[in-house]
Amino acid sequence: MCLAVPGKILSVSGSDTTRMGMVSFGGVGKEACLAFVPEANVGDYVLVHAGFAISVVDEDEAAQTLEYFRQIGELGELEDKP
Amino acid sequence: MTKNVTFTGGCPVPLSNQDHVTLAHGGGGRMMHNLLERIVIPAFGNQPLESRHDGAVIKVGQGRLAFTTDSYVVHPLFFPGGDIGTLAVTGTVNDLAMCGARPLCLSAGFILEEGLPLATLERVVASMARTAKAANVNIVTGDTKVVDRGKGDGIYVNTAGIGVVEHDLVIAPTSVRPGDAILLSGDVGRHGVAIMAVREGLQFETTIETDCAPLAAPVLDLLAAGIEVHCLRDLTRGGLATTLIEIAESSRLHIGIGERDIAVEENVRGACEILGLDPLYLANEGRFVAFVPAAQAERALQILRAHPVAANATRIGTVSESPACLVTLQSRIGTRRILDMHSGEQLPRIC
Amino acid sequence: MKFVDEYRDQDKSERIAKTIAAVTTRPWSIMEVCGGQTHSIVRYGIDDLLPQKITLLHGPGCPVCVTPLELIDKALFIAARTEVIFCSFGDMLRVPGSGGDLFSVKAKGGDVRIVYSPLDALKLARDNPQRQVVFFAVGFETTAPANAMAVFQAHSEKITNFSILVSHVLVPPAMEALLSAPDNRTQGFLAAGHVCTVMGFEEYFPLAQKYHVPIVVTGFEPLDILQGILMCVAQLEQGRAEVENQYARSVQREGNRPAQALMAKVFRVVARKWRGIGEIPNSGFALREEFAAFDAETRFGVGDYHVEEDSECISGQVLRGVRKPRECPAFGTRCTPERPLGATMVSSEGACAAYYQYRRHAERSESGT
Repeated sequence: MCLAVPGKILSVSGSDTTRMGMVSFGGVGKEACLAFVPEANVGDYVLVHAGFAISVVDEDEAAQTLEYFRQIGELGELEDKP
Repeated sequence: MTKNVTFTGGCPVPLSNQDHVTLAHGGGGRMMHNLLERIVIPAFGNQPLESRHDGAVIKVGQGRLAFTTDSYVVHPLFFPGGDIGTLAVTGTVNDLAMCGARPLCLSAGFILEEGLPLATLERVVASMARTAKAANVNIVTGDTKVVDRGKGDGIYVNTAGIGVVEHDLVIAPTSVRPGDAILLSGDVGRHGVAIMAVREGLQFETTIETDCAPLAAPVLDLLAAGIEVHCLRDLTRGGLATTLIEIAESSRLHIGIGERDIAVEENVRGACEILGLDPLYLANEGRFVAFVPAAQAERALQILRAHPVAANATRIGTVSESPACLVTLQSRIGTRRILDMHSGEQLPRIC
Repeated sequence: MKFVDEYRDQDKSERIAKTIAAVTTRPWSIMEVCGGQTHSIVRYGIDDLLPQKITLLHGPGCPVCVTPLELIDKALFIAARTEVIFCSFGDMLRVPGSGGDLFSVKAKGGDVRIVYSPLDALKLARDNPQRQVVFFAVGFETTAPANAMAVFQAHSEKITNFSILVSHVLVPPAMEALLSAPDNRTQGFLAAGHVCTVMGFEEYFPLAQKYHVPIVVTGFEPLDILQGILMCVAQLEQGRAEVENQYARSVQREGNRPAQALMAKVFRVVARKWRGIGEIPNSGFALREEFAAFDAETRFGVGDYHVEEDSECISGQVLRGVRKPRECPAFGTRCTPERPLGATMVSSEGACAAYYQYRRHAERSESGT
């Protein structure tokens, strides 16, 4: 279960349970409810599921994961060299 | 409307719901395919029909004519970049083009629902006139009927078209050969997303427009340049994947394509990600695939790219002998999978 | 698209796959719990990248697949009523009930509409005060906050023509039921990344310890799944049974607190029947007393209906990873996506549908038929 897609918050309106954001997904804008991510602001990336943001993407963690993949790549290349 | 269903909690074995038509039958997928194969084609049984191509090519005197028909039931009637009228003309013009014919003229049959505002009809007719002019065809005959309120969706349009075949090629899946290059005229998925985007409950802020466009000009140029076109097909319902599967099955050959070579516009991509849709199965109204001998692929692409509607034409794959009747997609991460038709129309998902 | 494309890299996928092969010395069976992960695995051919020794089992992570037959029947009954606008996620439209599906109800004139969010259904209720709007609230914990919010807003605004048909199920009890079954073959889990985004992963520590299974919270893109598998295999090879988090860019240990708070306010935990598995205690949600007016089963008087499943359908065994779709005698013959016997064939990431779409031909061409 659970198609959730990362998108960038372009604007915010409302507050508390009716706090909404216009979120851009690769250029396509769709409104999402931000009630569950009160710490999220314009410019943040959030994961959106069924019209609700369920988390703010932790960009540091994302960078670390990608760094890990990059290192695995480099190690692999070293192994490949004759 | 309907009577309330009595709640009996009946038979626990799931009954087949195949005794009447459902929306899935119109989706361009396996169910529609089966409907045609089981009920329609066997009843009419004749050679042009059995070639299962977009239009029929008939010998008339010394020459050949292409003949095709299509019905348009799109809802909503008006969507970004087009309306039922634009579709009704381009759809049929394109089917003629896919036979390698120069479109000559169209008929237009209207089924109007009681209560339809005349202003709506005027708008649709104006679209049709404009599109026909741009596609160099005339709408020369037609028919109009009115049905009771509630028995139609505003307007249904049927158009039939005839075109002249001015070459000697047999352009059909049966002409496809192992080694042929598969060319795609542009990015996919726009029309499908444009329609879904304006349906209730699935709106986006950003407007995605249909790719609806006439395709005769690039096709006729290919033919005029002497390209040995083996097969053409425009992508409509069921998308690129369904089109290729149909051709693979009709030609009894194997089609291999690469996901990375298939362009999807950024907005369309974003919409697909949100709704859980696969752009390979989404409708298009201004895109086609061409099967040409590998040696002519580069030249064919040059010719296509001279036309705005095919400016981003690319080669997406190659035909081979086996495994026969199948389409293999090489994914973005290099693995291969076999594409199958969806059973009905692709639906947005949450899972 | 940022935070998506980077995780679909071919080169890196191949590297991780090689690393997995390098660390695997024994056969292991790993289950991915979430249907979205199954979809990704099959779509990107991830099992093709794995060494033969690793078997991926596809678990019951498809709330569509596990929605009981009787709940589908209740949905069909309600949807057929003239005053009802029945709203649902697209996934549910083709799931077979006892006599047809939501598509066929629509064919016969029922007002059935696909929505993207429960808030869309609530909007329909505001815009159509003379109709009853019912939303089919199917899902795991990921979707529960959204459904809770729709009910909460309806309650605050005193909207009387909105209700939800609840079919919420919870993942950890299902995993426990799986692990405690005598025929369990799962040795390690990829836990559902978006469920854990909402719930956190505290609940998995006791499971990992009690059953001695590694549990890795995993995302959905190919690189996420491959990394999750690598982490799980590494644990298995080292004899560890810990809870790890691969999907740290979205998941925190405590999960999403505001979401959990609203869920606890609106829902209470109850026993739920899982299609193909049976009743699992404390495995689902029902509306709390304060919000009971929004329960569609009560509003439409269908609370008391029960029905048994088709005996030929082995969805239950497939869901638990005990049988593979192609081992089912009806697979591809009496049971196809066009005429499904059970939900695993209908849902786009039900294991049977996924196999039918992507694998059936591969096996045919491998065997040379």
